[in-house]
Amino acid sequence: MTAPAQLAANSTQVEPGPKRIALVASKGTLDQAYPPLILAITAVSMGWEAGIYFTFYGLDILHKDRFEKLKVASLANPSGPIQPPNIVGAIPGATALATKTMKGWMERSAMPTLPEFIEMAQAGGVQFFACATTMGVMSVQESDLIDGCDIAGAAAFLDYAASADVQMFV
Amino acid sequence: MTTTPSDDVAIVATLDTSGLLCPLPVYKAALALQPLASGEVLELICTDPGSLADIPAMVRQRGDELLDTNQTDTTQVFLIRKGASL
Repeated sequence: MTAPAQLAANSTQVEPGPKRIALVASKGTLDQAYPPLILAITAVSMGWEAGIYFTFYGLDILHKDRFEKLKVASLANPSGPIQPPNIVGAIPGATALATKTMKGWMERSAMPTLPEFIEMAQAGGVQFFACATTMGVMSVQESDLIDGCDIAGAAAFLDYAASADVQMFV
Repeated sequence: MTTTPSDDVAIVATLDTSGLLCPLPVYKAALALQPLASGEVLELICTDPGSLADIPAMVRQRGDELLDTNQTDTTQVFLIRKGASL
């Protein structure tokens, strides 16, 4: 039988730190790049720690040559900024029009651009994890990524997420 | 319209986020609170309808104190006393 005093001595009382959010960004379309960044920026503004794991197409958000060129799909996107019949959505220029329309909405609403959101997140201390497997599968080099990313596999991110109060997959 | 107990509150900074949507009011409020000392008061002006829920949530999460909320048809004015922790 263990005495209560001994139990108390054995328990590892961890000093409560700041709250933490762990997000996964798995999509490489412009519209789906915003939510993880907006949530992470809000979290650090509230004094939380925030980390985003960019995996599969989501890694494009960290790709130097791609993050400024993310697009909105004109096909198979029934909620998109333009909603043409699929046969029209397939014609050249439809994706560009959908993308331009979305960017126009954001600008009209005085929302930052995606590159600005990325800068705000990094300046606020949001941790960017680049999925190592995605880099291997899609032949992405560390030099292809924007500065300040941590290359990590699933175990390293889960280790981070295990200490998070909120976890989300986008 | 809420009553204002704020005549005797010294406002040291004012931030107008009129026209801005989430996450900008919270983001900019955090930046505006940064140079303030603990106990000093920020006046925050918002027009985003979401701010009515967002600003009290932000204040709670940061450990600041919401002294007052003054709401008109289109605008909310919050008085935030900076807490100790951030």
